[in-house]
Amino acid sequence: MSPWLPILMAVPVLGAIVVALLPKGSDKLAKQATLLVSLVVLVLTLVMAVQFKTGGPRFQFQAVYDWIPSFGVKFGVGVDGIALVLIALSAVLVPIVVLASWHDADGTQSADGTLITPKRSVKTYFSLLLVLEAMMIGVFASTDIFLFYVFFEAMLIPMYFMIGSYGGAQRSYAAVKFLLYSLFGGLLMLVAVIALYVVAGKGTFMFPELVGVIQDPATQKWLFAGFFIAFAIKAPLWPVHTWLPDAAAQAPAGAAVLLVGVLDKVGTFGMLRFCLELFPDAAKAFTMPIVVLAVISIIYGAIVAIGQTDMKRLIAYTSISHFGFIVMGVFAMSQVSQSGAALYMVNHGFATGALFLAAGFLIARRGSPHIADYGGVQKVTPLLAGFFLIAGLAGLSLPGLSSFVSEFMVMIGTYTSSAFGSGALAVAAIVSALAVILAAVYILWMVQRTLNGPTAEPVKAFKDLNVREIVVLAPLIALIIGFGFFPKPLLDVINPTVTQTLVNVKVDNPAIAEKGAGQ
Amino acid sequence: MESPAEIVQHTAGGMIGASWLMIAFPLLGAAILLILGRMTNRWGHLLGVAMSLASFVVAVLTFLEIIGLPAEQRRQAVHLYEFIPGMVDMGLLIDPLSISFALLITGVGSLIHIYSIGYMSHDPERRRFFSYLNLFVAAMLLLVLADNYVGLFIGWEGVGLASYLLIGFWQFKPSAAVAAKKAFIVNRVGDFGLLVGMFIILATFHTLTFSELGKQIAEHPPSGGAVTAIGLLLLLGACGKSAQLPLQSWLLDAMEGPTPVSALIHAATMVTAGVYLVVRSGAFFFPPDSTQAIAVSVVGAATLLAGAIIGCAKDDIKKGLAGSTMSQIGYMMLGAGLGPAGYAFAIGHLITHGFFKADLFLGAGSVMHGMNDEVNMRKYGGLRKHMPITFATFFIGYLAIIGFPLLSGYFTKDGIIETAVHHQPILGWLAVLGAGITGFYMSRMVFMTFFGEKRWEKDAHPHESPAVMTWPLMILSIGALFLGGYLILSNRLYFFLSPAVGTAEATPEFDFASTAGLVTLALVAVGAGFAWVRYGRAEVPAVAPRGSFLTTFARRDLYGDALNESLFMRPGQWLTRFAVYFDNRGIDGLVNGLAAGIGGTSGRLRRIQTGFARSYALSILFGAALLAGALLLVGNI
Amino acid sequence: MTTHYLVLSGLLFAIGAMGVLIRRNAIVVFMCVELMLNACNLAFVAFARQNGNLEGQIIAFFVMVVAAAEVVVGLAIIVTIFRTRRSASVDDANLLKY
Repeated sequence: MSPWLPILMAVPVLGAIVVALLPKGSDKLAKQATLLVSLVVLVLTLVMAVQFKTGGPRFQFQAVYDWIPSFGVKFGVGVDGIALVLIALSAVLVPIVVLASWHDADGTQSADGTLITPKRSVKTYFSLLLVLEAMMIGVFASTDIFLFYVFFEAMLIPMYFMIGSYGGAQRSYAAVKFLLYSLFGGLLMLVAVIALYVVAGKGTFMFPELVGVIQDPATQKWLFAGFFIAFAIKAPLWPVHTWLPDAAAQAPAGAAVLLVGVLDKVGTFGMLRFCLELFPDAAKAFTMPIVVLAVISIIYGAIVAIGQTDMKRLIAYTSISHFGFIVMGVFAMSQVSQSGAALYMVNHGFATGALFLAAGFLIARRGSPHIADYGGVQKVTPLLAGFFLIAGLAGLSLPGLSSFVSEFMVMIGTYTSSAFGSGALAVAAIVSALAVILAAVYILWMVQRTLNGPTAEPVKAFKDLNVREIVVLAPLIALIIGFGFFPKPLLDVINPTVTQTLVNVKVDNPAIAEKGAGQ
Repeated sequence: MESPAEIVQHTAGGMIGASWLMIAFPLLGAAILLILGRMTNRWGHLLGVAMSLASFVVAVLTFLEIIGLPAEQRRQAVHLYEFIPGMVDMGLLIDPLSISFALLITGVGSLIHIYSIGYMSHDPERRRFFSYLNLFVAAMLLLVLADNYVGLFIGWEGVGLASYLLIGFWQFKPSAAVAAKKAFIVNRVGDFGLLVGMFIILATFHTLTFSELGKQIAEHPPSGGAVTAIGLLLLLGACGKSAQLPLQSWLLDAMEGPTPVSALIHAATMVTAGVYLVVRSGAFFFPPDSTQAIAVSVVGAATLLAGAIIGCAKDDIKKGLAGSTMSQIGYMMLGAGLGPAGYAFAIGHLITHGFFKADLFLGAGSVMHGMNDEVNMRKYGGLRKHMPITFATFFIGYLAIIGFPLLSGYFTKDGIIETAVHHQPILGWLAVLGAGITGFYMSRMVFMTFFGEKRWEKDAHPHESPAVMTWPLMILSIGALFLGGYLILSNRLYFFLSPAVGTAEATPEFDFASTAGLVTLALVAVGAGFAWVRYGRAEVPAVAPRGSFLTTFARRDLYGDALNESLFMRPGQWLTRFAVYFDNRGIDGLVNGLAAGIGGTSGRLRRIQTGFARSYALSILFGAALLAGALLLVGNI
Repeated sequence: MTTHYLVLSGLLFAIGAMGVLIRRNAIVVFMCVELMLNACNLAFVAFARQNGNLEGQIIAFFVMVVAAAEVVVGLAIIVTIFRTRRSASVDDANLLKY
């Protein structure tokens, strides 16, 4: 029994209660308190992460309490390598988002001059943010599948309010769409969770005890489908992706970062842990269709991104392309591709987070997300332009930045995967590599239209980044560059978990270049 | 015929162990200049130059240490750190090939840094320019020094980024912004090839490290489709970076950047990375009569002619030089496709080209500097008296590039031509023809710029550039004079490189009186004479005449852009528009339609709730009756 | 023997149901509901007698109790509606609709 994870969840919940109970008019205090709480969580997470033993048992910092004894539901938490890095990702992003959305809940000026006022108070926004953080940590930390399901669904609530109450002009539509899509997936998953409980007949929802229990191939396929559809909507995978551009475009920039950076990762995280390990035979049977969907996502997302006129929608579509990579890596079932996919989840959080926030700072200055309303920003605000460019380059996976390492690992791991002995995965890898070209087109074309060229009249009044905004972006950029050249700390944590996953999936696909390593 | 020597793991410290400093210095410079920003405005350029020079010093010291080793130990791998655990470690490979490149990059690079102090002195963002230059040098060094394909690829894209930033340095000009983007995207097409090539290498040989790869290839000489595929894909990568057909179109537009950039990146160093890649991956282009090796030579020969033809029609001095760069790199590719017999000449030409082309470009920059940034040669004329040093150095560069006997270009280019005529006669004679065209367009350039009547704009006051710009020119022209002879005569470069690239069946000999060489000289003379008749003696019209079909063809860059536009850009735009429409109306339309359908149905269904209790009672009765009837039918009662 | 009781019960139930459907006065509707309940009671008691046990009778008592409670609440509602709208017609209380 280790108290770490329950404490990590309790701190933001308590913080949220305190922030919510603050008297009216103490907005500034609410912001400061939220920042403080999220920083405390960050410090605690880092202290915990340092104690993680990479060679140790798979699940560490375990804590299991009875919750609903009659059904064997437990409040069971514990982290493996992948969950740990994702929790760390959440813990890093939340303080940054708090700082970035300092004025997001105060109301925004739209392009035509009308003020879009939020429906709820400032302190509610920040209190929701903290609730969301607790749930994000909980969803990655759950070792009980029922608990995972609860967090999976409960996460929607704060996000629904953050989009629906503080978003842009179309916020209601976007929030409802987001909620309905997610609930539909969640429902299928609930059915699958209950069926798993009944069919397994073990009287428990604990994940480690359910691995390898379901043997019948047909049962596996049905349960797999229930989980997979929920995760595919969450991820999101083509063709169930259309909620993301709406939600991300309407959400305030900070919420969009958490939505795309962390919440959507639950989908790919779930695929890697639950779909693969609980139903290995079904996963193998469905691999090819899923990889095809992933490749479609990669190319389709990139092409649609090129045609977007709205910055935030563009970034959302690039994410659909990137999620395609993650899913492809997960289902290519090789050590390299899966490690790459897990690393991609983290790197994508940083890269897209930076891009969303930089775009958010631009939009806050102009009041419009339309690319055509900008031009020549670099001349007026070189610092903002510089950060925007680096974040964009991370989005196109420029070598030397962190996203390259993961994208490269996914592609090369997929190409060299011997899991199925067919050339199909190789073809998938080659087709997905075309996204390298498309990514350059969508990012650089956006950069050209916003940052370069003659300075547009309204842009001339822009002020460059203030200290708060620099503090928001600088750590992300530092992480992107740092992990770009030295991804080892993350990979060392991720690799053993991936190996264990592959053992559970019964894929004999050892690390491809054992011989080359270390020479 | 020998294959390359085995790579030994470097253990002792020394200069080789510290060779990472070569990359670290300019990287540090770039980081300082970018992070501190405007605070470094006053001394930023000096820091940039200092870092580049420091890197050059490290390169020279490392070179001396390499020279001191016996030939079979001259390939040293320096392990740096674990990069992607289980797949690849970051390390440097110090061998004759990489150190030759390192010397060229840091040497010519430092001269161009110094030159830029003068050239960019009026630009308020000179500091930013130097930070990008430093970034470029660091990335280029990583490209050539990395001991594995991943490191090479990081450098490869790093130079692409630096090139993007520098072409778009004056990004407020839409043309510069577009050119920068175009360069990056076209390069990415090549990168796709390199990337997929790496996939196949890893799948086939289970390693991406040069030393391991060398061992694997020595044990089981590769053959078959995989190697052909690797070769062709790497060639695609090389075509992108080196502006070879069919990915040449970005280079001419890249001249939007400041002239030192054109000199450093788009002439002397970055564009030669493709040649480096082919030579470094020599094992995949072996034997020289394999499909992929012939493909390299064919691409080289085609590009050398295309570049030369384009060069003939350009009135913009920088674009003329850009065409000539394409053409000269075509020569190097042609040589590199010929295997170990051609490597020494290809690399030799690469090095001498680095000097004389940098000399020419910087000379052009010096002319522009004195002529209010005018680039149209039709508005030059008679400048030799007003810019004596620029003229003298430019003229030396000119003589070198057309292959005037005993100058640098003569040895290296003739070496390539002779080897090609020997191994691939058709391509070889095409290269001879290309040399003749080179004679024409380079002479045209010199005559239009420095000879004839003044055709200046009214406000032009040509003057010689400051010493900080002319000194680098002089140093470069010394290289253009003598370097080729030094490298090629008595096969100095060939023997120096052979541990890294292997040796040919017969040691090449430079023949002063070969048929091909003499024909080349004759053709060059004819070309130069023709240029004198057209542009030296005759008056040059201030506005370009319409010219024949061929002239238009060359002016429009052989319709390369038109081809790209109609083949890729337009269909791409249609596809994008269709995809966006499909996403909004198709997929999202389906979802929204479903929602609207459900909403509409429920809107109608609720009309059933009339509010009359007795009608509800009736429906309850019917319901009960139905239920009872159903139960009776099933017969379970 | 039981059949006769059941026929009577069915008739009573049908009369009650008809009354609920066609009468408008809330009090009459209410009484018809009571009639239906008691028809059921009759059937329960008849079955109890046939089977010789007490379960049907017990349920009949339950029904009576529930019916009594229902009368209390129902009459209260009817009286309140009558007070506010001066009408005891069930068709007039139709505000609760789509």
